[in-house]
Amino acid sequence: MSRPKGMQLLQGNEACAWGAIDAGARFFAGYPITPSSEIAEVCARELPEYGGVYIQMEDEIASMAAIIGASLSGQKTFTATSGPGFSLMQENLGVGIYQEVPCVIVNVQRVGPSTGLATRPAQADVMQSRWGTHGDHSIIVLSPASVKEMYYLTVRAFNLAEKYRTPVILLSDEVIGHLRENIALPEPGTIEIINRKRPQGDPKKYLPYKPDEDGIPPMASYGDEYIVHASSSCHDETGCSNSKPDTNNKLLNRLRAKIYNNIEDIVQVEYFGPADADITIIAFGATSRVCKQAIVEAEKEGIKINLLRLITIWPFADEQVQKVLEKAKAVIVPEMNQGQVLGEVQRVNRTNTPVYQVSRTDGELFTTAEILAKIREVAI
Amino acid sequence: MTYKYTDYLKTEAQPYMWCPGCGDGIVVRALAEALAELQLPPHQVVIATGIGCWGKADDYFATHAFHGTHGRALAFATGIKIGNPELHVIVLMGDGDAVTIGGNHFIHSARRNIDLTAVVVNNYNYGMTGGQYSATSPLTARTTTSPRGVPEPGFDVCALAETSGANFVARTTAYHVLQIKKYIMQAIQKKGFSLVEVMSPCPTHFGRRNFAGGPLAMMKYLKERAVPKSRFDKMTDQEKIDHIATGIFVDKERPDFLKVYRELNPINQLADQGGGNK
Repeated sequence: MSRPKGMQLLQGNEACAWGAIDAGARFFAGYPITPSSEIAEVCARELPEYGGVYIQMEDEIASMAAIIGASLSGQKTFTATSGPGFSLMQENLGVGIYQEVPCVIVNVQRVGPSTGLATRPAQADVMQSRWGTHGDHSIIVLSPASVKEMYYLTVRAFNLAEKYRTPVILLSDEVIGHLRENIALPEPGTIEIINRKRPQGDPKKYLPYKPDEDGIPPMASYGDEYIVHASSSCHDETGCSNSKPDTNNKLLNRLRAKIYNNIEDIVQVEYFGPADADITIIAFGATSRVCKQAIVEAEKEGIKINLLRLITIWPFADEQVQKVLEKAKAVIVPEMNQGQVLGEVQRVNRTNTPVYQVSRTDGELFTTAEILAKIREVAI
Repeated sequence: MTYKYTDYLKTEAQPYMWCPGCGDGIVVRALAEALAELQLPPHQVVIATGIGCWGKADDYFATHAFHGTHGRALAFATGIKIGNPELHVIVLMGDGDAVTIGGNHFIHSARRNIDLTAVVVNNYNYGMTGGQYSATSPLTARTTTSPRGVPEPGFDVCALAETSGANFVARTTAYHVLQIKKYIMQAIQKKGFSLVEVMSPCPTHFGRRNFAGGPLAMMKYLKERAVPKSRFDKMTDQEKIDHIATGIFVDKERPDFLKVYRELNPINQLADQGGGNK
């Protein structure tokens, strides 16, 4: 199979792989794990056609390491995994964040903890994607809710990674990864592609971690005459390890600022349903699809309710969620975990708006009836 | 232009942070001299390290450098090499990095035969964290976590690389400076996975608990106990415990990972499509 032409029935995972290839990814390192393996399989088949390399590493620790290494050599790189593999990647995810290495990690979530309900869907890695690696850090996490978004948010993940010099996580789930929908991939060259900022001027004066005014250092590749020193230890602008007391403080503040000063560019949400509804659902990923159906059904019963869908999970959409909380009489947060986004909603709930939880951790997607029952209960 | 060995070093970062009597500084010099002798442009060299005393070596090199997590240096280096196959990627690891926490990456890198040069400085213990035992500490050796003796035998690092499929495997000691340089040069020139193991003294920790005498006595031990493999193989088991086999153990031409990969997966006309970082 080569590149799908015209309208095709594609699987979410397949669309993700094509999004990566179209974004310019030419290196995939991974370790097979259900329900993400189709991404690896498409890469193994297609990447060589584009001059790229698929490599199957000995584990997910090595996979994460290899995509960082290849990105430092100038490639756009990514990996795909699920819960147990995502846990193993946390160690070197921190290296990517600290060394400011653009790369994309796709996590097609399944039920955990541990081996869990292997290959059944869940949305329970929300907090791990935020805080899984040790130490203070910032991260960008995107949540696709359709096959089309598996393609476009993968492209966006690469663009954000390159623009902000940081690992970006595409937090999908088994439902979306294995979902099949009609999609026509855009013609290559018609989508916006962002490449990392490269250094200019005298190579002898290049400091690999000296930021421009936007807080982001121009990035040279191994092999360039601009010499790169990438360290997992606390480092100064030279890239060499430096344990002076203020060095880490300054570095961590800059790494946070380069993400949080650009919230407007990074954070995306979708609104669905009547704007003047009294009740709002906040949801993401596969769950948001069920919520949309429930909203349509509720309207038939005369209940006005709308949806705020989180497309960017991290940084959290504080401002958008706060506005919803200020306006709504009640908010419902359904998610396939024990309340991970719920906690964030409560964190920004300054108006003490009643917030209702709907939780599922049994490896089954919500049914419309289940969400509708909660809507009726809250609407009374 | 001609490169001098100092062109590969950040001399301003010296003196080294290592203890007096440590072998690490000797290997840094030998490696820099090997690079100079091969006249490799510094921007085509990447020095990759893990964690530990020897894992600090990247800070002394003026080439491209990478400092990663404990045991994972080979996995990062694998990506670095595939990302730009023109690079000479030299991976510096201690015994903890290479065959203890990173043992899995070590055997798979050798099996895969990825074109990397591993320089393992083996000092039989974790020097950085205070002298605990590693997977190369000999059976019954005294360390801070084996006060009554190590209850497990140590790995033979070269044998591990050889069985796993490495193209070039050699061992020498920190005493044999010219041999270190020579082996590193051969290893860099060899396509595929190559290993140079340097047996090295840690007088501060391992030596203090297992050797009578200080750094000098340890150097003398390396000088006297290092024997060519041909002689070592004829020794009794008891004699082998007190000696170190040195020399080139493997020197073969198995095609490396990228060569095999490209033969199986030829690049076609689509290579220019998409937004890369060219």
